[in-house]
Amino acid sequence: MSRAPVIARREFGSYFRSPIAFVAMALFLVASGIAFLNDFEPGQPAALRSIFDWMIWFLVLIIPILSMGLLAQEWATGTMETLITAPIGETDVVLGKFLGSLGLLVVLLAPTLLYVVMLRIYGHPDIGPIISGYLGIILVGSLFISVGLFCSSLTRSQIVAAVASASILVLVTIVPWYIGSKAALPAFWRAAVDQAVFKRYTDFSKGVLDIGNIVFFLLTTGVFLFITVKVLESRRWK
Amino acid sequence: MIAVSRLTKIYGQVLAVDGISFDVAKGQIVGFLGPNGAGKSTTLRMLTCYLPPTSGGATINGFDIFHQSQEVRANLGYLPENVPLYTEMRVEEYLDFRGRLRKMDRPSRRSRIDYVVERCWLTNVRKRIIGHLSKGYRQRVGLADSLLHNPAVLILDEPTVGLDPTQIRETRKLIKDLGGQHTMLLSTHILPEVEAVCDRAIIIAGGRIVAQGSPDELRASRRLTARVLVECRGPAEQVKNALARVSGVNRVELLDADGRAGDKFITAAVRPKEAYDVREEIARTVIQNGWPLREIRLEHATLEEFFVEVTAHQAVGKVEEGSAA
Repeated sequence: MSRAPVIARREFGSYFRSPIAFVAMALFLVASGIAFLNDFEPGQPAALRSIFDWMIWFLVLIIPILSMGLLAQEWATGTMETLITAPIGETDVVLGKFLGSLGLLVVLLAPTLLYVVMLRIYGHPDIGPIISGYLGIILVGSLFISVGLFCSSLTRSQIVAAVASASILVLVTIVPWYIGSKAALPAFWRAAVDQAVFKRYTDFSKGVLDIGNIVFFLLTTGVFLFITVKVLESRRWK
Repeated sequence: MIAVSRLTKIYGQVLAVDGISFDVAKGQIVGFLGPNGAGKSTTLRMLTCYLPPTSGGATINGFDIFHQSQEVRANLGYLPENVPLYTEMRVEEYLDFRGRLRKMDRPSRRSRIDYVVERCWLTNVRKRIIGHLSKGYRQRVGLADSLLHNPAVLILDEPTVGLDPTQIRETRKLIKDLGGQHTMLLSTHILPEVEAVCDRAIIIAGGRIVAQGSPDELRASRRLTARVLVECRGPAEQVKNALARVSGVNRVELLDADGRAGDKFITAAVRPKEAYDVREEIARTVIQNGWPLREIRLEHATLEEFFVEVTAHQAVGKVEEGSAA
């Protein structure tokens, strides 16, 4: 049986031993509350579009910080040595760290369910786009965490890991969004932007469940987790 | 229990461990002795499957470190140098986590944690956060972790470094007590430590085994490399000649002359011929000559000096042939 859940549990617990989880939660609640003010207006459709649209920017900011220490800290403090000399595989380590972080993301999202309840009380929200919006967030979050985890595996420095993963996330998310916002765009670039994370994500928040988008996120997440496992293995067998 | 054969590790251009071979029998405590940078930690890291050997191999409890890494690690307790721990966790919680990693079920985790906590004197810090503990306690937490799954083989990298004298004594006693149940390989750069706890010492320098032997053999050769320092006031040459004539003295060197001309204190270093204590004879000689005696002291060799002597005399057991350079 895989030991990943054991590692995930420890990782998740350790977030709450430092201020980082609480700071992230507080920021998240304030920011999502402000975004919700947009949605929660008389005359507005009863939906969470603003929150979902805005959420991806928050993830670009916060996930590098939440994931920077996942492996970098283990290298820096030497706990990697005790971890990896226990009879477990690199896959357990990577999967465990990933799931631990994903667990924190779910906990961050949980309070926003309150907004759904409020919408239900005061209006008649279309529940479909809300569910697909949450699914989109989880999928984008997974991809971002796997990128963060990969960067964290390459260095002993948490700062380097955070900067590296933030750079990658900006490159795949904000840059295509910026280019895409230009009116005139050559066909090639338009097609490239359509493939990027931001475009695919907005489909979810619109309520469009496209199997291609789901596969895209699952696949890219898997690729980053896989190369992270390879990085750990190579470190060990160098 | 542990069989190492021509184990070699090369980091880039640096040859860290150079084809070492040795065996450790079941229940034995073997000390891995060497100055810093001798290749002790690298060897232990290879045996614990943390680093792959460049060439050569080893088996632990019959399992190959390369091909049966999972089985090796399941049969092994390892205390790395500097004792890395998750400082935000509580002692008991950490041990429980380690037990889960090792696939121990709840009842056995509970009973083993009770046992190792008791064994490593952690009872009164059981619920404390590891980051708030002193170095000595952290060392014990690491030791408790390595014992948790009752492994056949224990590998401890400098288990007493950073401890105060009382803790060092307690830890050595614990190691000695554990000797019967576990096969142990521990590294140290403290010579008396090996003499105190180990059944056998393997001396490693520059990545090679330079000597191995029992603590008694070690002690004997250590006495051989010791020297007696004599500080007295008298004419330097006369003192030197007088001391050289004392029976059992091999050679005398004058180290330094201190003070004003005329009443000068000089320090002479006397090397005895064999494992023979020459202090009494020296004291008598100095007094008979009427030279005021300030100090007479037996000085043990530093580890580096000891290695030089050991390799020169081949006094400790057999010197192993290194692999072809």
